[in-house]
Amino acid sequence: MRKELSIKELEKKASEIRQDIIRMLEASGSGHSGGPLGMADIFTALYFRVLKHDPKRPKWSERDRLILSNGHIVPVRYVAMMHAGYIDKKHLLTLRKIGSILEGHPSVHKIPALETSSGPLGEGLSQACGFAMSAKLDGKDRDYHIWCLMSDGEQQEGMTWEAAMFAAKYRLSNLTAIIDRNNIQIDGNTEDIMPLDPLREKYEAFGWHVIDMNAHDMEEIISTLEEAKAITEKPVCIIAHTVPGKGVSFMEYDYKWHGATPNKEQAKKALGELQHES
Amino acid sequence: MNLDNAEIKKIRDGLGQGMAELGAEKKDMVVLVADTMESSRAHFFAEKFPARTIQVGVAEQNLAGVAAGLAYEGKVPYVVTYAAFLLGRPWEPIRTMIAYPENHVVFVSSHAGLATGQDGPTHQMTEDISITRCLPNFTVIAPADYEQARKAVKASYDLKGPVYLRGVREGTPNFTTEKTPFEVGKAQVLREGTDVTAIAHGYMVYWLLQIAEELKGKISIEVINLHTIKPLDEKTILKSAKKTGRVFCAEDHNIVGGMGSAVAEFLSQNHPVPMKLHGVYDQFTESGTPKDLWKKYKLDKEGTQEILLKFLKKK
Repeated sequence: MRKELSIKELEKKASEIRQDIIRMLEASGSGHSGGPLGMADIFTALYFRVLKHDPKRPKWSERDRLILSNGHIVPVRYVAMMHAGYIDKKHLLTLRKIGSILEGHPSVHKIPALETSSGPLGEGLSQACGFAMSAKLDGKDRDYHIWCLMSDGEQQEGMTWEAAMFAAKYRLSNLTAIIDRNNIQIDGNTEDIMPLDPLREKYEAFGWHVIDMNAHDMEEIISTLEEAKAITEKPVCIIAHTVPGKGVSFMEYDYKWHGATPNKEQAKKALGELQHES
Repeated sequence: MNLDNAEIKKIRDGLGQGMAELGAEKKDMVVLVADTMESSRAHFFAEKFPARTIQVGVAEQNLAGVAAGLAYEGKVPYVVTYAAFLLGRPWEPIRTMIAYPENHVVFVSSHAGLATGQDGPTHQMTEDISITRCLPNFTVIAPADYEQARKAVKASYDLKGPVYLRGVREGTPNFTTEKTPFEVGKAQVLREGTDVTAIAHGYMVYWLLQIAEELKGKISIEVINLHTIKPLDEKTILKSAKKTGRVFCAEDHNIVGGMGSAVAEFLSQNHPVPMKLHGVYDQFTESGTPKDLWKKYKLDKEGTQEILLKFLKKK
């Protein structure tokens, strides 16, 4: 059994993960910054507290399944998986480079523990439904949990709502969706591009149990994720209120950092802020 | 083979029957439907195995997505609906979720080609072969009749990666028998000849056999049933083209990107010979009975023969 980290230690781990994300993105020169930084606390809570998993047995049949729908934030997952022991840290500076196992968008050919290959938006929830159905067919829906991480922007995809209907129809309570509600997408703020609100009411109307969550409060994240697992009536949707670019002052809330990476000087400044904070 | 009094049976019935039979042997087989249970013939399976039948409603992108998730977990999903919606609607999701990660999902269509009939061009899918064979890792199969469709379903279970099985709504001659061999990727030379190679998939194979019989003595036609369009049986095609020096392709599918294109892509680079690609000539047609459509667009035996003879007259 791995040692359980305290809240303080988890917060420190999240900061280390953010720092490695900056290093990774600076070396890559291509990729996304806002989403990975915003989701670092949730990924830390998942990999170091909530997930039932074993890095030594990545295909253990009773592991929790973590399905990343918005594949473009995969740098946060790569780094979290490095810290958890799935991926060797020697790959840190190889993101998006030819021959690297760290594809720009996740590929199960390169890293089977990613569960799915992804990137094109709106496709994760359907696949997560497939994983959840498989567990149901095997009578194992109480044995492990399916987590689907989505962006808020991809709630604009019709396919997401096809899956939302499906999960409610089949009462996939072994499925929890977590939406990164950071209010930005490539072209601007979600409510300007194509309004999503009232998002909570939409999921409720589709038959889901919805929980709003402050995604930068480690204690709240852990209790919310545990609560989601305990609900056995319906699929659960957690609306995770995140700050895009969290932890780096000049990236926070700015949609221009959705699909941009820091240069050397910006990376140095970002690392300074993150190290100071932790 | 039973050429003289072949019973009229539906290819889609063969696919449906095959799934029901396979389901009894394979407990990890799951069938997913999108509100076209009966017309796609998934009900044969569903009646026997309701617990392994998943109804997703009119939502073909989710249909593909749920299938992908099940396949990632080691289930073997058979996904069933009309060709246009099965493959056309969720093409990019299929590319990303199934073809790229090589998930073993079997797409079973009905309503391919003009043989769909009265529903009209929206439902007469004539680009399904083009859009599946251009995706890496796909196997593309268009069975020639009911019996071969049944066999193809069973063979598809042991393949790897995504598979497309092409189903047709209208009844057509069931000319192969239980004993006729079927091997994925192995084209069948059903009749040997020396003057021209005639290749088809689906029910048009039967027309070619009839034409070859009628013209015997005048023209010696080698008839090939190219039921597996991808992977292409290059060896058989090359051997025949070398022998006859001319290749005629016929299919109830757009000539752009279909089986004929696949044959032409191969021969043009390895053994160029004069070719004619017969099929739907890059157009949307219209409503009508399959018989009337076949006649008007020259996809029946008579029309196909006319085009073949015109091709053979060319020097």
